[in-house]
Amino acid sequence: MPLNSKIPAGELAEKWEKYKSTCKLVNPANKRQLEILVIGTGLAGASAAAALGELGYKVKTFCFQDSPRRAHSIAAQGGINAAKNYQNDGDSTYRLFYDTVKGGDYRAREGNVHRLAEVSANIIDQCVAQGVPFAREYGGLLSNRSFGGTQVQRTFYAAGQTGQQLLIGAYQALERQVALGNVTQYSRHEMLELVIVDGKARGIIARNLVTGELERFFGHAVLLCTGGYGNVFYLSTNAMGSNVTAAWKAHKKGAFFGNPCFTQIHPTCIPVSGDHQSKLTLMSESLRNDGRIWVPKKQNDTRKPGDIPEEERDYYLERRYPAFGNLVPRDVASRAAKERCDAGYGVGASKMAVYLDYAAAIERYGKIEVGKQGIANASKETIIQLGKDVVKEKYGNLFDMYAKITGENPYEVPMRIYPAVHYTMGGIWVDYELMTTVPGLYALGEANFSDHGANRLGASALMQGLADGYFVIPYTLGNYLADDIRTKAIPTDHPAFVAAEKEVNDRINKLMSIKGKESVESFHKRLGKIMWDKCGMARNEAGLKQAITEIQQLRKEFWSNVFIPGDINEFNPELDKAGRVADFLELGELMCLDALNRNESCGGHFREEYQTEEGEALRQDDKYMYVAAWEYKGDSQFELHKEDLIYDVVHPSARSYK
Amino acid sequence: MEHYHMNLTLKVWKQKNNNDKGRFETYQVKNISSEMSFLEMFDVLNEQLIAEGKEPVAFDHDCREGICGMCSMHINGRAHGPWHETTTCQLHMRQYKDGDTIVVEPWRANAFPVIKDLVVDRTSFDRIIQAGGYVSVNTGNAVDANALPIEKQKADEAFAAAACIGCGACAAACPNASAMLFVSAKVSHLALLPQGDPERKIRATNMVLQMDKEGFGSCTNIGACEAECPKGISIENIARLNREYLGAAFSGSSNE
Repeated sequence: MPLNSKIPAGELAEKWEKYKSTCKLVNPANKRQLEILVIGTGLAGASAAAALGELGYKVKTFCFQDSPRRAHSIAAQGGINAAKNYQNDGDSTYRLFYDTVKGGDYRAREGNVHRLAEVSANIIDQCVAQGVPFAREYGGLLSNRSFGGTQVQRTFYAAGQTGQQLLIGAYQALERQVALGNVTQYSRHEMLELVIVDGKARGIIARNLVTGELERFFGHAVLLCTGGYGNVFYLSTNAMGSNVTAAWKAHKKGAFFGNPCFTQIHPTCIPVSGDHQSKLTLMSESLRNDGRIWVPKKQNDTRKPGDIPEEERDYYLERRYPAFGNLVPRDVASRAAKERCDAGYGVGASKMAVYLDYAAAIERYGKIEVGKQGIANASKETIIQLGKDVVKEKYGNLFDMYAKITGENPYEVPMRIYPAVHYTMGGIWVDYELMTTVPGLYALGEANFSDHGANRLGASALMQGLADGYFVIPYTLGNYLADDIRTKAIPTDHPAFVAAEKEVNDRINKLMSIKGKESVESFHKRLGKIMWDKCGMARNEAGLKQAITEIQQLRKEFWSNVFIPGDINEFNPELDKAGRVADFLELGELMCLDALNRNESCGGHFREEYQTEEGEALRQDDKYMYVAAWEYKGDSQFELHKEDLIYDVVHPSARSYK
Repeated sequence: MEHYHMNLTLKVWKQKNNNDKGRFETYQVKNISSEMSFLEMFDVLNEQLIAEGKEPVAFDHDCREGICGMCSMHINGRAHGPWHETTTCQLHMRQYKDGDTIVVEPWRANAFPVIKDLVVDRTSFDRIIQAGGYVSVNTGNAVDANALPIEKQKADEAFAAAACIGCGACAAACPNASAMLFVSAKVSHLALLPQGDPERKIRATNMVLQMDKEGFGSCTNIGACEAECPKGISIENIARLNREYLGAAFSGSSNE
């Protein structure tokens, strides 16, 4: 099947306007007859469900958590980008587009990314209208800060809780639609199968996680807004429940998976403290606005950070990348940290950490405050105290979190950080309309592959989730449903529903009947270790091949030796988790296969065989300037389809942040 | 900081479902690291129970970084345990020492029925938001974000109220099981901003009405909610809610 990305013809800057002006519409009376299932209620799902409810569609939302407001978008800390140019510092739609394409190492679609940059400004307007309390300046106008991979200040934020505030805004808009009767929400429900009738997505089978019952739901269209699959690594910054299950079921029913190996390893996370570790915690990229990253110049230096004099510290990002310094993109910063630690310069008990130091920022802010307050001959103590107050206002909640987790005071000693799995650029393949290769099935937000290429820039995930939900899907879905207005709701006793439910039932029964000896958690940890060691920050051919064998073996073991306590028809979190880990065990193999296929380094995908003399990623544009879209063909069988990436406006070059 | 290991006795509430009466079970866990989070200690307990072929303890959790509001344990009589402004998931075991006994219960409130063990149903909070916890603005209607300047102090206050994570600790901590802190945080967040102003009266009235309907108790100014709130939501919000509610009552605003 040839992949058609359906990018509209015409000038890049006019494609979306033209699309919106010419796409098909559904009249209000018909919208009331059309049912839409939205799976997942994070930024993409909640905003889509709210916006579609407002238009008058009949919407049902599903989330595995106890409320839509818990979705993991809530944990995003730093901010959301928008090309507002409020700072008069040279920003524009084009520049946001360009930074994103370059940041993605030229592996994203120009058309999609430009649309994202175009609607970015509307998102901020919409959120402010909803009452999202963004940070403001004394004059009452919105405040901005910088994020990695850019040289302008275009990031809007609400302290270190931007994701929370945006999600609560979208959640409130969603709850309003529930109150108005346009949306019905199903919490503690997990989608376990996609139902296809006559080649089109027409419903889902969901499991009620409280009672264990399987339930059938019809929809004229199904929207996957289910987030990323970083938990395949076991340890990641994702929530414990974040999973690939809904997306993977869709993949096995015909939705191609795009660039599965493109994983983002975030450079600033709290390091692993022991084998008990259940998840990793991010320290926002915004901390790189003011913090300086360093390691000792001497290998295996065991001195306390405060005892290492300035001239014996290696501020390696500032040294290697003077133009962007500590604000290089995430993939670059992560690899640089790994390089220093692997070379023996790491710090802390594990030696797998670098310092993120606020001493200089505290002193700088302190001096500014002393000046502002007109304090003559201020003592060092006064300067430091005032500086700490400023840092507390900007980053207080992040510093508190660090202190709670590590037991150390980051105002006094530098934080220790190390890269951790954070986001997946890969995901379900979608066309310009966000439709997957299954007609009527859409993927939005992190669940799709489309906008970030091989590396996502900071503060762009929130932007994409809300762009897809508020401003893209309301148009593109109508264009599909306009041809579906005569389709009556399909009764859920249709054979396709019966068959899909049976599949789910059989699988659950099979899982429960294994009654082996090893816990789900243990299998998940073992999978995570294979993935991190062989398909993590650095990959090579031999390692990936070995990983595939190991994963296949582990999967066999899982299906013969996993132990799941409890019963099917009750609240049983171990059973929920078992289903998710079973899917990760299949996805992991595909990720390794994709990483093996891509004989180049780009963005977050670093193949050791392909690097410059200075250790930078070396792309092979002549061979790999395409989206790898994988079709499921049965156990361990995937067929590669290529969507060539065409750059009409930007000229791909070696990505430099020096 | 010195790392150490400890053995603990846990008395944990077990309840099969909402119809079951429930009871405490006693468990021993060994070799718990002071570096673990409280929930990681529960992971150890559950892995141990699974290894013994027993049923693990069901508990709610998701982000494990203190922001999603899903975790909800009542620990030694305190919602989210002893640390100030800290969710259960961010409480760490360095709080405890070898030989300690820890009692863990679910949130106790009529409006939060137990689903299983430590898991409760908090959909009542969703319904309270549905009653008016929003600004009625459709997508695409918005004016430029900087068209309306908002005093920084007001914006900061609104943000402080909006920091509520909807975990329910306030109601669990309150002897009356009142949800006033939760409701007042949302009413305050939106009343402090010009965008929330047009609906402020009807919002306060209808959210309070829904709170009562859900079976939450009334507020008698005890202050346990503020003391246990993991996000430090101030009780001043309750005073503001009372003003908003009375103001609305005098002008006769409600949906009824």
